[in-house]
Amino acid sequence: MSSEIEYKDPVVDWETRAYWEACARHELTVQRCGACGKVQHRPRAICASCLSGEVETLVASGRGTVHTFTIVRQNQVPPFASACPYVLAYVDLEEGPRLLTNIVDCEPDSVAVGMPVQVEFVDTGEFAVPRFRPA
Amino acid sequence: MTISGTFAIAGAYEHPTRWAPDKTEMQIIGESARGALQDAGLGIEDVDGLFSTSMAGGGMGIVNVAEYLDLKPSYMDGTNIGGSSFVAHVSHAGAAIAGGLCEVALIVYGSTSASDARAIGTGMGMGRDPHTAFTSPYGQTVVSSYAMSARRHMHEYGTRPEQLAEIAVAMRHHASLNPHAKMRKPIGVEDVLGSRLIADPLHLLDCCIISDGGGALVVTSLERARDLQRPPVRVLGSGEAVWHQEIGSPKLLEIAARESGERALGMAGLHHGDIDLCTIYDSFTITVLLTLENLGFCKPGEGGDFVSGGRIALGGALPVNPDGGGLSSNHPGMRGIFLVIEAVQQLRGECGERQVEGARTAVVHGTGGILSAAHSGATLVLAAE
Repeated sequence: MSSEIEYKDPVVDWETRAYWEACARHELTVQRCGACGKVQHRPRAICASCLSGEVETLVASGRGTVHTFTIVRQNQVPPFASACPYVLAYVDLEEGPRLLTNIVDCEPDSVAVGMPVQVEFVDTGEFAVPRFRPA
Repeated sequence: MTISGTFAIAGAYEHPTRWAPDKTEMQIIGESARGALQDAGLGIEDVDGLFSTSMAGGGMGIVNVAEYLDLKPSYMDGTNIGGSSFVAHVSHAGAAIAGGLCEVALIVYGSTSASDARAIGTGMGMGRDPHTAFTSPYGQTVVSSYAMSARRHMHEYGTRPEQLAEIAVAMRHHASLNPHAKMRKPIGVEDVLGSRLIADPLHLLDCCIISDGGGALVVTSLERARDLQRPPVRVLGSGEAVWHQEIGSPKLLEIAARESGERALGMAGLHHGDIDLCTIYDSFTITVLLTLENLGFCKPGEGGDFVSGGRIALGGALPVNPDGGGLSSNHPGMRGIFLVIEAVQQLRGECGERQVEGARTAVVHGTGGILSAAHSGATLVLAAE
């Protein structure tokens, strides 16, 4: 019988702290450039399209669709070894960016490309880790 | 100015070991250097350019290699762009030679991944730093990352698991003809589909093996290579590219090979129909399929049909990896050097039972990193004189 993945507090730095602090409030955020309007993830101090420093944090809807996924059946690293099988996926957010995540709260075999999903958060102590479940 | 055709591979050697608990990585590097220099008819004293990298060596690795070989090269390059690194080293060496920075370049690799029990595909990717914080919580493995590319390909184009399996079957057939290959017992499509799933839709036999091994290449100017003992293999084209998932949402099925391949074939002035064989980094079956599509040997979505019916096996329309590739011959973690060595030996016509008859031109493509995320591509176009 598999167990759930145990998430740990992420290691943060100056550029990523605001993202993880928002996660702790159960808000998923992306960045938008005040100069050129591009939306980006992962967070960084500059806009990677125009190198402007005017990047704003924007709270995402938390809704997205599964772009692709796999059911991981072998991972030798604890804590994942005992969590197999679990679903690893790329989710396309409504705001545009794509992020790597887990899909939970459903049978792995029921996950499909294009499936609508909704973010949820697992508290890890100081912060929280976002993952997705069927919408 | 172009470096196309100005330099050549004058020596190549693949270390025969696949399991070396009795050897160190440096020893394999030393033995491989000796093999390639003997092949070229040169000595270590002729080497003034050194190119090397490894998974274990760290950023200063090339200095340690120089020390081990007691070399004081005038030019060194420890570029690490993943498993494709050694493919890129060939063109970097060519540029350095054309620029007069060195004359005889030694490219060398050695690894004891298997005897060190490194679980490359299913036991890594657990960084604890701010950058990997966005991926490491989710249990991403190398296999699962490539599996997501395979899933997307199946979704967009209806590609079937048995089509991917055909790639593994062809590689194993080739390995059965290669006395040094690690896995030589022929398999069929049903064996691949019957092997356990590691990360859907990739089965165990869709994944490369883990072996020990190493190899080396000697690169010099075409002029000098013509005076040496082996027939020169000319480098007509080269290209590099990097591709990643950041910021926007690029198409997952467009990979770095699309850009590096176009650059390399463009530099060579050759078309796909001019190419006699390919050596392609086959970390997983899907890697071969996506690379063939992105290099332009078939259209996006046509890869499943392209690899079926023995078309990429010896005797087929476009033989790929006649040595058996990483799926069956050897894979110590950074396989790029073996892609170049096999292409060189094929173009010199010395491959015995696995020889592609009359091979005059080859495309070599290495992928480094994670295909569905950040990865590099390095392509070479090689030709016999």
